[in-house]
Amino acid sequence: MTKEETKQAVLDIIADVAPDEDITDVNPEIRLRDQLELDSMDFLDIVMELRKRHNIEVPEAEYPELASLDSCAEYLTPKFEALGK
Amino acid sequence: MASRFCSDMSFQPSRIVITGIGLTSPNGNTLAEFRQNLLNGVSGVQPFEVRYMGQSLAGICDFDPLKYQKRKEVRVGTRAASISIYCANEAITDSGVDFDAMAKDRVGIYVGTTEHGNVETENEIYAISKFDYDTKYWSHYHNPRTVANNPAGEVSLNLGITGPAYAIGAACAAGNLGLIHAAQMLRLGEVDFAICGGVSESIRTFGIYAGFKSQGALATHEDPTKASRPFDRDRNGIVIAEGGALYTLERLEDAQKRGARIYGEIAGYRVNSDASDYVLPNPTRQAECVRQALKSAGMEPSDIHIVNAHATATPQGDIQECGALREVFGEGCPDTHINNTKSFIGHAMGAAGALELAGNIPSFDDLIVHPTINVDNLDPECAIPGLVLNKPVKAKKVDTILNNSFGMLGINSTLIVNRFTA
Repeated sequence: MTKEETKQAVLDIIADVAPDEDITDVNPEIRLRDQLELDSMDFLDIVMELRKRHNIEVPEAEYPELASLDSCAEYLTPKFEALGK
Repeated sequence: MASRFCSDMSFQPSRIVITGIGLTSPNGNTLAEFRQNLLNGVSGVQPFEVRYMGQSLAGICDFDPLKYQKRKEVRVGTRAASISIYCANEAITDSGVDFDAMAKDRVGIYVGTTEHGNVETENEIYAISKFDYDTKYWSHYHNPRTVANNPAGEVSLNLGITGPAYAIGAACAAGNLGLIHAAQMLRLGEVDFAICGGVSESIRTFGIYAGFKSQGALATHEDPTKASRPFDRDRNGIVIAEGGALYTLERLEDAQKRGARIYGEIAGYRVNSDASDYVLPNPTRQAECVRQALKSAGMEPSDIHIVNAHATATPQGDIQECGALREVFGEGCPDTHINNTKSFIGHAMGAAGALELAGNIPSFDDLIVHPTINVDNLDPECAIPGLVLNKPVKAKKVDTILNNSFGMLGINSTLIVNRFTA
């Protein structure tokens, strides 16, 4: 899985978790919470959906790694690759 | 006929009036639409797929939750809360009150529910069944979704209401209880404006279907619109429905001060308990409940012009209630009409009493009494004087509505609303 594909996988989850948000123009460098209306419960949803859809576990201590699309790609892409994706 | 609730002459409680109605029913998303369908004999019962059980029947609502909620709020919240939020917003608009200017800590929300949490718990168990029942897939929203106050609490979030907001758990008497409790809180001065009534999301829990089926009390019929048939000889059980009706209640002086339209006045009520069985009704206690409500209103049986029966179309339950109604209204009540709303929409559980009252309130204006439909062969044991069967009738006068709602564990409620006269 490329980093761009990882970003798309995260955006697909955000589209379901925050269906009122416009995600067509998310800046990958900026914190997601600074450009979208996402609260802490929504981040728990994102973690849950990574678990359900992709069998990826994100330990609580590493939640900050999900701050922006770029940081998601850096952090999650190796996890996808480890699962052979 | 006294119009004031008054059991102790030394205490003159405030008069409480209905100033707004918001509802969603399987056959209408506004009072006008609901009423028109009750007069036209239009059922809201449809085929419905129930998890694990297959095809069944239900009264299903088609209101648009996005009228008052964001998509995320619908996803995170519950169906009962979406129904409540829709009804609360509609009721407030209908009341004409300047809600933005209102002190939100003086507003109370009292939502009657038969049950809450079954739907959400079943959904989560179903979801984790896809993950070998590993509870790490259990939603973090489970607890806020299943707390008993959920429907009222989500209304408080939606409308920014900071006064008391909670649910009244009272089985299928809950719709009446919401109104009764609100009237009590207004009289106590706890709040100045109440949003109250009852809601049901019960069609979305297979457990209630399976429970009624195991009890031999789930209706079946090849034509869904004919399945709910209280008082008919061939009735065979309950059609479960979702829906809600929330009212705005105010003390009369407050309503008059702002020039509110007044739908009617809470004239009297009574809640009692059978203390006799888990599920079987008790006509002696039901009759006692009705008589004590009449007493609280200072009325005689003959003063009542519309009785809305609770009858759910179970073989025994209808006979028991008819026994109670015959005892109270069987003689000397030539102006009393008896109807039933479940024949149109099924049994809306916690919403039933509140919806059924709403369907009759327009009779104060048009003097037409909507019927109970689907009575092809009246059960002789349900043949009580005053039944309005299959077609509406024009009444000589409609000044009073008596609304019965009964529930499991033997809870009975009777609410009397009368035409407002200054």
